Amino acid sequence: MSEAMSTSLYAAREPIFPKDVKGTFRRLKWAIMAVTLGIYYLTPWIRWDRGPDLPSQAVLVDLANRRFYFFWIEIWPHEFYFVAGLLIMAGVGLFLFTSALGRVWCGYTCPQTVWTDLFLWVERKIDGDRNNQIRLLKSSWTFKKTRLRLTKWSIWLVIAVATGGAWVFYFADAPTLFNDLVTLQAAPIAYSTVAVLTATTFVFGGFMREQVCIYMCPWPRIQGAMMDDDTLTVAYRDWRGEPRGKVKRDQAPSLLGDCIDCKACVNVCPVGIDIRDGQQMECISCALCIDACDDIMAKIGKPRGLVDYLALSDEGREREGKEPLPAWRHIFRLRTMIYTAAWGLCGLTLLYALFIRPAIDITVAPVRNPQFVTLSDGAIRNAYDIRLRNKHGEARPFEFNVIGDKSFVVRLEGVDGLQVMVPADETALQRVYVVAPKKSEPARAKRTELRFWVEDNVSGERTYQDSLFNGKGAE
Amino acid sequence: MADQSSHDPVTGTETTGHDWDGITELNTPLPRWWLWTLYLTIVWGVGYSIAYPAWPMIQGATTGFLGYSTRAEVAAEITRVDEQNAEVAAMLASAELANLPRDHPAYQFGVSGGAAIFRANCSQCHGAGAAGAVGYPNLLDDAWLWGGAIDEIEYTVRHGIRNEQDPDAHWSQMPAFGELLSDEEIEFTTEFILALSGQEHDATLAAEGDVLYAENCSSCHGELGLGDPTVGAPNLADAIWLYGGDRETIKYSITNARFGVMPAWGLRLSEEDVKAVTIYVHQLGGGQ
Repeated sequence: MSEAMSTSLYAAREPIFPKDVKGTFRRLKWAIMAVTLGIYYLTPWIRWDRGPDLPSQAVLVDLANRRFYFFWIEIWPHEFYFVAGLLIMAGVGLFLFTSALGRVWCGYTCPQTVWTDLFLWVERKIDGDRNNQIRLLKSSWTFKKTRLRLTKWSIWLVIAVATGGAWVFYFADAPTLFNDLVTLQAAPIAYSTVAVLTATTFVFGGFMREQVCIYMCPWPRIQGAMMDDDTLTVAYRDWRGEPRGKVKRDQAPSLLGDCIDCKACVNVCPVGIDIRDGQQMECISCALCIDACDDIMAKIGKPRGLVDYLALSDEGREREGKEPLPAWRHIFRLRTMIYTAAWGLCGLTLLYALFIRPAIDITVAPVRNPQFVTLSDGAIRNAYDIRLRNKHGEARPFEFNVIGDKSFVVRLEGVDGLQVMVPADETALQRVYVVAPKKSEPARAKRTELRFWVEDNVSGERTYQDSLFNGKGAE
Repeated sequence: MADQSSHDPVTGTETTGHDWDGITELNTPLPRWWLWTLYLTIVWGVGYSIAYPAWPMIQGATTGFLGYSTRAEVAAEITRVDEQNAEVAAMLASAELANLPRDHPAYQFGVSGGAAIFRANCSQCHGAGAAGAVGYPNLLDDAWLWGGAIDEIEYTVRHGIRNEQDPDAHWSQMPAFGELLSDEEIEFTTEFILALSGQEHDATLAAEGDVLYAENCSSCHGELGLGDPTVGAPNLADAIWLYGGDRETIKYSITNARFGVMPAWGLRLSEEDVKAVTIYVHQLGGGQ
């Protein structure tokens, strides 16, 4: 390498001090923050009565017992397609919102954005606004700076612990686990999970911030494929703002655009970019620059919206002095309608599946080793391992019935009669024997079709599964 | 190629100073923390290979300072499960199987544990599905040489068949009638046994065999050929044949006699394992 390597291939992070801002979008973001954080922290504490044998937590991922509870819905592992369906809906929903409104997910609801916003709020409460923060960073380590730093970090840490702590409550009974955590009786995995999430919250929200969005998250790089000219996204009307500049006394104002180059939009930006440079990968569409610019425009008596949610396809119309197309004309287009249709179809399918799924279930596994057993009187016996599912919150008696051939005799292993109790919210495995007498049709045939019915004797609910009976012809 | 760094006239981006025939490389610097993350992973990797088994040597591999091994972890896990099951295993070992209810935890433990013991020790002869083979009894059906009640199965498992190591083992005695009867007499007897089990036979020859059967066979197999589980004599009138029920096979069995053997599992397995495999076999469909 030559000495010409005067520039570094690595850059240190430039600290960003977003200035406080007030306005429509800021208020919207506060509201969304309150709702999303509220959902996150409080959901595990909502109780839901499911009977004495089942957990009474409204939302619970019970990994040990392989159950997912969501209010009145209970998902078993074999119903994981509901989760897969919800993930598909989340994906298509993200496409829909991004193609219609740009990166609204990033700007309003992404946890990284929400917690960074919360940490910034704490920072302003402790250190003061942008200018104070810059001054404090440059100052030497006085007693005051130390005190402020320790205060800020402590509050951040409390938020981080609460965040990491709330996560584990989704996986166990929240009040019990909280008690165990506080009294140091919880499982080590609970503490390590809390510790990891505390560390990530503290570091990502307090120190990494926009670095996470720019360098760690793949979404900014995917967004380009989701957006087009009709997407309403945060942008600068350069045709209206340029040439920018401060109006001097001896200059005719008409020579300049509306932008007075006050840098209000730059100062409030949480990712440290200048929206006037156009669309950028770093922009999370938080819309705070819109609030900042609207405020300035109001002060200098110009119409709002120099920086605004706009579709780039309107540029031509606006340059000609026409009104931009109404928002719905941009949003309702083939692409978003296809996304909506796919999203709705997936949702309706899931709802349909949710409402038709039975509360009892039967799975028949014929025993194939051997295919049949010859009994001493020459009768042919087939065995079936039958798994019964009872999704009710109480034990239920299930009664078997076999339809196939008149000659069939049914017997249960270890049980007199044809009825078995299946415990609440569990499965039971029962071996069932079907015997065809010597010389009967099924005993001689290769295969005979038969149907296992099972009936919940309490609710009268019935379900069945088809299977085969192997006779001597199978030899 | 080296040159002084400058700025690209089009984008305004700094260049690295590298110049290949007029093509310059733009410098878009990586964040420095990313570089530190790379160094951290290297340090972590080195530390990991010191702490855990990693480097292959001529024999084995380095053991690592933490002394971790997957084998030891499995051993610890097995010990842990054994301790966890100690109570129910003790209950099973001291249980009277005939009086053990099916919903008792020891019974459930026996079924699951017995299945594993069966696969490891019994399936070689009786088959993985316990359906047996020629000469090895099918354990699924309702025919039992030495009785199909749970106590009788337990005795057979514990002491084995024709086993010289265990004085209590079952011994069935059948002479090889080839040395005692003429070929013709054996043929008559064969026809009679075919008649007993309701198969196609020559009625004239079978009538001859009736007397021979009463003299030579009925003391163990019974007048009607129903067998006797106390001496291990098989039922000759049912549809189940250990060695085969066709004319040629029956003739061979009478001429040479058959002697199956089975180890005395009481000498090889622990008390609870004997009981577990007994419970397992008893609930396969044939238990009485």
